[in-house]
Amino acid sequence: MDLAFTKEEQAFREEVRQFFRDNVPPDTRRKLVEGRRLSKDEMVTWWRILNKKGWGVSHWPTQYGGTGWTSVQHYIFNEELQSYPAPQPLAFGVSMVGPVIYTFGNEEQKKKYLPRIANVDDWWCQGFSEPGSGSDLASLKTKAERKGDKWIINGQKTWTTLAQHADMIFCLCRTDASAKKQMGISFIVFSMKSKGVTVRPIQTIDGGHEVNEVFFDDVEVPIENLIGEENKGWDYAKFLLGNERTGIARVGVSKERLRRIKELAGKVESGGKPIIQDSAFRDKLAACEIELKALELTQLRVVADEGKHGKGKPNPASSVLKIKGSEIQQTTTELLMEVIGPFAAPYDVHGDDGSNEAMDWTAQIAPSYFNNRKVSIYGGSNEIQRNIIAKAVLGL
Amino acid sequence: MDFDLTEEQRLLKDSVDGLLTDSYDFEQRKKYMKEKGGWSKAVWGKLAEQGLLGLPFAEADGGFGAGGVETMIVMEALGKALVLEPYLATVVIGGGFLRHGGSDAQKAAHVPGIIDGSKTFAFAQVEKNSRYDLFDVSTTAKKKGEGYVIDGEKFVVLNGENADTLIVTARTKGDRRDKTGVGVFLVPANAKGIAKKSYPTQDGLHAADITFTGVEVGSDAALGNPEDALVLIERVVDEARVALCAEAVGLMDESLKTTVEYIKTRKQFGVAIGSFQSLQHRASDMFVAAEQARSMSMFATMANDFEDAKERSNAIAAAKVQIGKSLKFVGQQSIQLHGGIGMTMEAKIGHYFKRLTMIENTFGDTEYHQRRVADAGGLI
Repeated sequence: MDLAFTKEEQAFREEVRQFFRDNVPPDTRRKLVEGRRLSKDEMVTWWRILNKKGWGVSHWPTQYGGTGWTSVQHYIFNEELQSYPAPQPLAFGVSMVGPVIYTFGNEEQKKKYLPRIANVDDWWCQGFSEPGSGSDLASLKTKAERKGDKWIINGQKTWTTLAQHADMIFCLCRTDASAKKQMGISFIVFSMKSKGVTVRPIQTIDGGHEVNEVFFDDVEVPIENLIGEENKGWDYAKFLLGNERTGIARVGVSKERLRRIKELAGKVESGGKPIIQDSAFRDKLAACEIELKALELTQLRVVADEGKHGKGKPNPASSVLKIKGSEIQQTTTELLMEVIGPFAAPYDVHGDDGSNEAMDWTAQIAPSYFNNRKVSIYGGSNEIQRNIIAKAVLGL
Repeated sequence: MDFDLTEEQRLLKDSVDGLLTDSYDFEQRKKYMKEKGGWSKAVWGKLAEQGLLGLPFAEADGGFGAGGVETMIVMEALGKALVLEPYLATVVIGGGFLRHGGSDAQKAAHVPGIIDGSKTFAFAQVEKNSRYDLFDVSTTAKKKGEGYVIDGEKFVVLNGENADTLIVTARTKGDRRDKTGVGVFLVPANAKGIAKKSYPTQDGLHAADITFTGVEVGSDAALGNPEDALVLIERVVDEARVALCAEAVGLMDESLKTTVEYIKTRKQFGVAIGSFQSLQHRASDMFVAAEQARSMSMFATMANDFEDAKERSNAIAAAKVQIGKSLKFVGQQSIQLHGGIGMTMEAKIGHYFKRLTMIENTFGDTEYHQRRVADAGGLI
């Protein structure tokens, strides 16, 4: 057992840090620190900088543009990215559909889609959840019927994150209504500009517009847009969801936020002195930092294990990372609320284009608190994660 | 960065697990409790035979020169089997003081007896009002000739009833809560002027309250600097905390395993109660708590070698906080999921809960260490 990173790993961390210092647009960083929303342009600009450096799709196989880094290097990169902070790569393209395409897609699909994902020439969104299919995803109803050389798609998706920016969607569609529910699903990709696609915004409790409803009304999709085999979509979806393991803990994000809390708590007064000097507050802060330390160590255990023994099967430890990681993220937003006290209240109307600059930064803290309630719901709710642990680890 | 055991460490783990599987099931443990002193001399002899009592000592002193990871492995195994024998008091703490503060003569006099299993130790530190502050010492050690005279009262001295040698913290100068002026002394348990009141502890171990009245020791009794040994005390107690973290991980592992087995077999309403989601989720949360504890136990084990003492102490305090929170949750929920049977002395789960609970209140509880971490400015 050894906690230390090697000299090479430490040098790599410094290289990554320096790259961020030199290349992340200062305004982008500031907005992230202050919990503000970024515009599409700001995000895409940064992702293209990252891609130009060769780090846009770092974990992909090298023949598709990946870096060939070790597990530890990926860990360091993500931690530095999250804690700098800089925008993380667009998960829907880079972490989700990309790996499905290079693993199950044909050569033509790889050539057509992968470079465009890497450079965010196409903004991808995820068509999984439906109004009646949340945790029970396999009950989905959106239909794809084969007519000649086309799929005709009808149905509705929901919680589609940033679909308002999207050029492409990857969609789970039912292609065999007679099969058992997991068996008749296919993985189909198509343009969001297709005739019959309607995107309707869902305003969330923080006042923001992150998620959407997406309606498909006789959408015609070329037959070759099926990824992999027909009716095997559920396998690909499981592969996709199991792919994201350690990043989900978002340790770097929470670290950055804790630094922010400390900085603010040194300025904001309570009882005539900075709130950081209040022992009850300090204890809470320390408790959160300790939980985060434990999570970081748990994550490192998974990373080290993957580095040594390969990724293999989905690791149930990722459920631990998801549960604790989301709880800690939520706690950090609670602590921020505690720090700003009465100034949590002023309301600011969000724009997606970064036009919410007018209000003082404190106006972003309550929305961030409200918004972060989502982290224990998405990506398999924490209750689903507990089901996974009970079944896969404890054998219950 | 590596969290795996080496081949040698794996062999050590197999051998200590094997020994305890053979000689330490719950029924055997009940017998050992009834032996004189409340633990088994025979088992202690086996631990010595396998070299486990000599692990952390330098090879020059007759030991194996093993590190923190080996102690972690042993303590986890001892926890898993709910072992009564005084490994912590003797090898970790007694041995720790000798390793970090002992002169060559002191080591030569005491280490062989620990390694061969013939002698045990006890650490007399807690006082009526000291609570968890190691520097809060009212017991005095006054210079007399070349040696010292010790006067004072110590409480809840683990293994105090049986130990051959007591390691006593006593003040050579200054006031009760001064951070300087505290010394550590090796005192034969049968020295004149020592009075003991022995009793079993809640978790089935044994302790004693010990009064020192004019106890005379020689100049060779002082470990380290008799006027300024707080750094030494903190060092050794940190190692004890790390060991307790590992023991707690072993206890939690076994508690979780026992509880999951129980809810798989216990039937109500015609089905195993483990098929109910409320119980499954509770068990999953126990697993999460135990894994977080394991991570921090490993962290503490490695932090014990940090060069910066402040960084080391802070990391170990953080680990003790996580372990305290996890053990409380896992311990309490183990009883809850067992239902009525968990409340009985007959079932083993309650005994795990009791040992876990006592670990929280040894060498600083969760609140105490959380405050230490907060005062040190946190971890980030």
